Amino acid sequence: MTCKEFIDILDAYLEGGLTPEQRAEISAHLHLCPECVDYIDSYRFTIRAARDCCCGAEDPVPTDVPEELVQAVLAALKQDPDRPS
Amino acid sequence: MNAENSDLRGKTEVRSEEGAPLTALRAGDPAAFERLVREHAPRMLAVARRYLRREDDAEVAVQDAFVSAHRALPGFQGEAGLGTWLHRITVNAALGLLRRKRRLERETSLEDLLPRFRSDGHREAPGLPWVESRESRLEQEEARRKVREALDQLPEIHRTVLMLRDIDGFDTGETATLLGINDNAVKARLHRARLALRTLLEPHFGGGSDA
Repeated sequence: MTCKEFIDILDAYLEGGLTPEQRAEISAHLHLCPECVDYIDSYRFTIRAARDCCCGAEDPVPTDVPEELVQAVLAALKQDPDRPS
Repeated sequence: MNAENSDLRGKTEVRSEEGAPLTALRAGDPAAFERLVREHAPRMLAVARRYLRREDDAEVAVQDAFVSAHRALPGFQGEAGLGTWLHRITVNAALGLLRRKRRLERETSLEDLLPRFRSDGHREAPGLPWVESRESRLEQEEARRKVREALDQLPEIHRTVLMLRDIDGFDTGETATLLGINDNAVKARLHRARLALRTLLEPHFGGGSDA
């Protein structure tokens, strides 16, 4: 297995979706290729960083909402022809 | 209920949290719905901003989401928390707006951001192991800002798939339904999006960087 072949199926590997033979082949590759071990680490880091950048306690969630938006929503509801009666 | 939101009832997984307010909401009490808008609009606006880069688009999506929620409320059984339910409706509304603007149809090439390989299958310029800053809160916030900027550089369809799967936590099947594509397309786009995001983050987190 080459690094390219490994990286092509990296997602499937991380999600446990490969055959036992494929996983064994990957294990053998990783044993010989520290660069791909580093690549997996950085790939996992990337997934975690994406999740954390938007879901943390410091997320830029407004504490208030523009009054114009509230009024626009309420007006839209009154004008909605499909509103429940 | 429009086609984009046609799956809102069936797909919601749920826990009941809001007993009394729900009764008033289902009965069509305008004051109860206004309280709902004021309570949930900030979080919904934050969700919409992630998908839509313009503030006015995000506000339109929130407005659309509340209209959809208002229509669907009589059928909402309260199995899920209202917040969870509204979150999904907001994502649906944001995706609907992206579709109306045809921004999900533009397939921009990601080739420049994918890993490059030599003829023997080894990666070109593999770089050093990554370093994750676990120091001050300021440094962590700076790292998060860099990740958000990198996300914004991804083409819309890849960025959207990545947000649905990795940030909002929808599974492959749900993401496929939300985007109107098949599971394999979701998997392929997610993989390419993650590879591209990794490339964009490498200058900041690759060994030896000052991030």
